[in-house]
Amino acid sequence: MNVIHRATTLDSAAIRAQFPILNETIRGKQLVFLDSAASAQKPRAVIDAMVHAMEHQYANVHRGLHWMSERTTEAYEGTRDLVASLINARDRHEIVFTGNSTGAINLVAYSYGRGVLTRGQAVVISAMEHHSNIVPWQLLRDAHGIELRVAPISDAGELDLAAFEDLLRDGKVGLVSITHMSNVLGSYTPAERIAALAHAYGAKVLFDGSQAIVHRRVDVQALDADFYAFTGHKLYGPTGIGVLWARRELLEAMPPFLGGGDMISSVTYERSTWAQVPHKFEAGTPAILEGIGLGAAIRFVEAIGYDAISAHEASLTDHALSRIGAIDGVTVIGRAQDRGGVISFTLAGAHAHDVATLLDRQGIAVRAGHHCAEPLMRRLGLDSTARASFGVYTTHDEIDMLADALIRVREFFA
Amino acid sequence: MFDDFRDLYQEIILDHGRKPRHGTRLAAFDATAKGDNPMCGDRVQVFVRHDADGHVAEAGFEARGCAISVASADLMAEVVAGRTDADIRVLVGKFRDMARTGATPEGDAAIERLRPLAGVHEFPSRVKCATLPWHALLAALDGQGGASSE
Repeated sequence: MNVIHRATTLDSAAIRAQFPILNETIRGKQLVFLDSAASAQKPRAVIDAMVHAMEHQYANVHRGLHWMSERTTEAYEGTRDLVASLINARDRHEIVFTGNSTGAINLVAYSYGRGVLTRGQAVVISAMEHHSNIVPWQLLRDAHGIELRVAPISDAGELDLAAFEDLLRDGKVGLVSITHMSNVLGSYTPAERIAALAHAYGAKVLFDGSQAIVHRRVDVQALDADFYAFTGHKLYGPTGIGVLWARRELLEAMPPFLGGGDMISSVTYERSTWAQVPHKFEAGTPAILEGIGLGAAIRFVEAIGYDAISAHEASLTDHALSRIGAIDGVTVIGRAQDRGGVISFTLAGAHAHDVATLLDRQGIAVRAGHHCAEPLMRRLGLDSTARASFGVYTTHDEIDMLADALIRVREFFA
Repeated sequence: MFDDFRDLYQEIILDHGRKPRHGTRLAAFDATAKGDNPMCGDRVQVFVRHDADGHVAEAGFEARGCAISVASADLMAEVVAGRTDADIRVLVGKFRDMARTGATPEGDAAIERLRPLAGVHEFPSRVKCATLPWHALLAALDGQGGASSE
């Protein structure tokens, strides 16, 4: 196995060698995978950890009195410690495993929204949310009489902090739920300032970190967040495992989300009592293999180090903005000052789907469409964009290939 | 130099995608429906006007979508003119089969005209782009307001 030393530069070849899928060819061309924001590829360590568990060390967790169950529980629960360390949580009991970010946000919308927020209170989201941070709040609004407010963004794709604060002024806002990094525009939001403003007006704050945690170190204590959600599969881990971090006192105050096995202390027909947090929120047999895989993914990320990851991606992003932005007819959507390796663009005279298909013909995978953010598209006056997004394995050469391929697409549609 | 693009984007698709001949709302119509692909945001509204003996006198559409969906809508509007609803329903079935499998039955002039769209069957993510206007057309003939490609 390759050992990667912590540094501010990446050994790109060594990292790429850890991703078996990058050896695949698409129609005879080397795969250029620029769709990591939708889901990242998996390093050998993640694949091996899951296969190893299935081949050598697997049973249900939290209940067996036998060796296999105890070892599997250790491996699975070990990931909880790794997550706590990854995001600098105070306490491993603050880490709740969910299916994905959507599951984490729905958990908060249900348990905190219905259990703690009261009719007449409001929830604030931003104008650049993924549907997963819009729809759960609409469900809460309609079921529980909660008002839903939307903080506007600038044309550059940055949160309008003054307008955001205005939404907080009447003191009705109980919760702010905002992306930490837009999956369409690549903009980071100023999380510390958002949290400080929310708290100043008595609101709690949830960050959807699905994108952000892939690209920069997240410290939930430094952010002064109350809830933080992310998903494993964008962080080089498997699908089916996500994380909700929340302050322990909030988790203690929230009623359970799903009922079932593993989340109870005792059950009679008259009443049941709940397990301690986080298990209160983890009904049923969890995603054991996926949890073990997520642990391997976190080790992989930590071995490279966020300093090196962030520096590499900043360099890629600068290169992409200058190369793609220089192509006649290409418009980069969103020009936030603080941004990461997710770049949406349009090409004059060509629909985003046609652009994506023609890039695919050249072996280049990008996403096209509304990116599960229809209201943002409407705000931007667009139907769809093409989107290139980067991971640790992305290279400058690949961005050059994208730019050259885009020039061909433009010529084809000219 | 674009040979690798031509299997899907034949000249006729590019041409009709860029400059649709029937891409307007009809001034008078007796049937209409919207089509919506929620996965990608493509939208089309189809308009149909029948003549006194029940043949389609004219079809038109307004679309927001890719070259494939616009070209498909435009060629559809062209080939349904002069046909009865029953005839069109058969054609819709043939078109769907063609888009999904690439099958182009011999001796059918309308399918011959639509043949450039047969290439989509090799692109599963694009089949719905081609079929969306046809779903909308069926919904219009059925007197329903809308169709979804899902």
